[in-house]
Amino acid sequence: MADHGINKARRRFLVGATAVVGAVGVVGAAVPFVAAWKPSARARAAGAPVRADISKLRPGQRMTVEWRGRPVWIIRRTPEMIARTQALSPGVLADPDSRQPQQPAYADGELRSLKPEIGVLVGLCTHFGCSPLYRPEPDAAESSSDGWPGGFYCPCHGSRFDLAGRVYVNMPAPTNLEVPPYRFLDDVIIEIGEDGEFS
Amino acid sequence: MSRWWLALGLLVMSWVAHGESGISRSISPDINDQTSLQRGMRLYVNYCLGCHTLTYQRFSRAADDLNIPQVLMEESLIFSPELAFDDPMHNALEIEEAQRWWGSAPPDLTLTAKLRGVDWVYAYLLGFYEDPGRPLGVNNTVYESVAMPNVLEPLQGVQALGCPEGASRVLSTPEKCRELVLVRPGTLKPAEFERAVYDITNFLAYVSEPSRLKAQGVAPKVMIFLFVFGVLAYLLKREYWKDIRKPGVNE
Amino acid sequence: MATPRRGEGQSWLNARFPASRLWREHLANYYVPKNLNVWYVFGSLALLVLVNQIVTGIWLTMSYNPTADGAFASIEYIMRDVEWGWLIRHLHTTGASALFIVMYLHMFRGLLYGSYKAPRELVWILGMTLYLILMAEAFMGYLLPWGQMSYWGAQVITSLFSAIPWVGPDIAQWVRGDYLVSGVTLNRFFALHVIALPLVILVLVVLHIVALHEVGSNNPEGVEIRQHKDDTGKPLDGIPFHPYYTVKDLLGVAIFLFVFCGVVFYFPDGGGLFIEQPNFEPADPLSTPDHIAPVWYFTPFYAILRAANFSLLGLDARFLGVILMAGAIAMLFVLPWLDRSPVRSMRYKGWMSKVMLRLFAISFVGLGVLGVLPSTPGRTYMAQGLTVIYFAYFLLMPFYTRWEAARPVPKRVDR
Repeated sequence: MADHGINKARRRFLVGATAVVGAVGVVGAAVPFVAAWKPSARARAAGAPVRADISKLRPGQRMTVEWRGRPVWIIRRTPEMIARTQALSPGVLADPDSRQPQQPAYADGELRSLKPEIGVLVGLCTHFGCSPLYRPEPDAAESSSDGWPGGFYCPCHGSRFDLAGRVYVNMPAPTNLEVPPYRFLDDVIIEIGEDGEFS
Repeated sequence: MSRWWLALGLLVMSWVAHGESGISRSISPDINDQTSLQRGMRLYVNYCLGCHTLTYQRFSRAADDLNIPQVLMEESLIFSPELAFDDPMHNALEIEEAQRWWGSAPPDLTLTAKLRGVDWVYAYLLGFYEDPGRPLGVNNTVYESVAMPNVLEPLQGVQALGCPEGASRVLSTPEKCRELVLVRPGTLKPAEFERAVYDITNFLAYVSEPSRLKAQGVAPKVMIFLFVFGVLAYLLKREYWKDIRKPGVNE
Repeated sequence: MATPRRGEGQSWLNARFPASRLWREHLANYYVPKNLNVWYVFGSLALLVLVNQIVTGIWLTMSYNPTADGAFASIEYIMRDVEWGWLIRHLHTTGASALFIVMYLHMFRGLLYGSYKAPRELVWILGMTLYLILMAEAFMGYLLPWGQMSYWGAQVITSLFSAIPWVGPDIAQWVRGDYLVSGVTLNRFFALHVIALPLVILVLVVLHIVALHEVGSNNPEGVEIRQHKDDTGKPLDGIPFHPYYTVKDLLGVAIFLFVFCGVVFYFPDGGGLFIEQPNFEPADPLSTPDHIAPVWYFTPFYAILRAANFSLLGLDARFLGVILMAGAIAMLFVLPWLDRSPVRSMRYKGWMSKVMLRLFAISFVGLGVLGVLPSTPGRTYMAQGLTVIYFAYFLLMPFYTRWEAARPVPKRVDR
């Protein structure tokens, strides 16, 4: 091709401009397709906050509700259970002060809950997702030389957690049990999945 | 030649556009009129939802789109204690029971505005009249032998088929006397009632395709973008094709 | 470490894959007549819409439920609950119609400039096969929303098989897998629509393009540009596809997308032609809607089917209609051997070809309109007349293309 009289700069500019605008178009066109993989309105409706009535939950007992397909435990800790949990020496726990982001900010610290006596935990071991067993009382059967002050014991790989869901040191599970967002609507109704802080 | 094709195209378009409908009045729904949609939803929930579900429409979606706060929606529009904010607009009606009462189950109305058109819905809601020959005592001008009572009767009053006002009864044949005449007024004036029916129809138009609101929001941006892209593509094409127009370019 | 230079990477790739050769042979050094007009943009556009159908189709499959109980509701789920699902679905429904619009224009271009004539018979036949398979693809896709029109359209079309003497009813039943269209039919149509036919279509597209690039594009003058080359072997009237036709097609794409998105965002129902009103009601095997019409792109053939209301040569009306309809499509396949004209382009053909092409266009569009409308005796007469014209265009072609006087074709594109 003869290239006399060709304005190369103009040509380069037009190619560049069209390419950039075209690339923006492709990215824009991809947005709906990427967004279509987000949970649909149906999934979000199914994963909407659930309400639990704890009026019949007696001290020391545990109840389980389902939220987003996962078991969520609610336990009513007795004063003795609270005392035992608080008495644990920090050295035996991997993350005694709940520094790992496994809970909302309002549920960190020792007891990892809004109210000391009510614990709310996602009932899945942070190791590989088995559901740990509830062993609230110091129990000879599970105890080893360092003592079992009561808590949760995962039957799959032997991880142990205390009554606040904190994992012991040298366990297969890497972190404490997860605390879901929750709030008290009144004294006996807990809403799980909704904490009033807009997310 | 090209003018000839254009003429053919126009002929076809005019042919296709010519439709037939037995409905006298044509309304234009406005799904951006939130006040109308809110009134329409309130009327629908109070007068229609008891029998006619909106299976594909969630309360929460309507709350979002029509700007109704969740608390207000839960307190004044969700009647059944079994329904949550995120649930579809269902009711407590048992299908079998409904069939026993009316002979057929009341249809779901989510897509009715699409299926029959808004003009039909509007004409239907205004078209009930007194007919002692029917089991429920009413009939409808656009739905012969309708199996549904006129649930809006308290608002509308009672209509009957009769001769238009001012027409001579002597000259009018019974066939011609098929105009709807209000024989017993309801709580709303006719103009107010037509407005209410328009609101319900408008709400059903919204419900039939709620994504229309979103489409309307995105569309101008997409069109402007494509226009800009088209201008650039045109300039690019013209720039390169300068090569071809020039003589001797093929060496 | 120094980054490998571009040349090294290229030669590494080219030693293993003919990337540069493909680029040269099909784009940079693929010579195309320089006088292609706007009619030649529809091939690229068909490819664009096909890509749109594949991508949006894959996304729809993710949320669609191919069962008689769940199909209809899953469409509404896509329209309402899936984020942007409404857009993806409307891109797909509008895309189906757009594909046929673009394809019909692309085919008409072939008729106008004789693109089916030697040596391009195979390009044409591969294209016609594509068209046929795409009709099957579109028909099966139309069943999937499981609305009233989906259901009864499929019921009517599968019943066409039962018009075949002796074995017909058994074949129809075999196609449906049931005594009537049911969830079983839906499942197999789904499998064919999303996997089997798309694979066939992609292979055919590749064959269509490979065959085209072997013989080169025709042009509005019907001149063979490869007969006049310069010393280096480049056609004198040719220009490389890239950059000249890539930028031209890009402009076509921009204009097309503007119109297409206008429909998608503002009139996705296409005035009841792209998404038909009865399809907003779930399929009900016990009640047929008042008026059944296939989607607009099938209506010319549907009108021919309905035009046969008499028996002939011992064939009953129903079977005759099926034969006429199949014949109407078969005519397109043998077209390269019906045209006996010494010239390709309509520009140099005689007046008879010009009149016949116009009559054919009128008959095709007219039949299309009649196919949408409910039939009345008057319309049936009209459809019969237009069917005669449709077939006359093809069956008389061997005669009028020889009798008429063609004008001499210039040797080069520049007159």
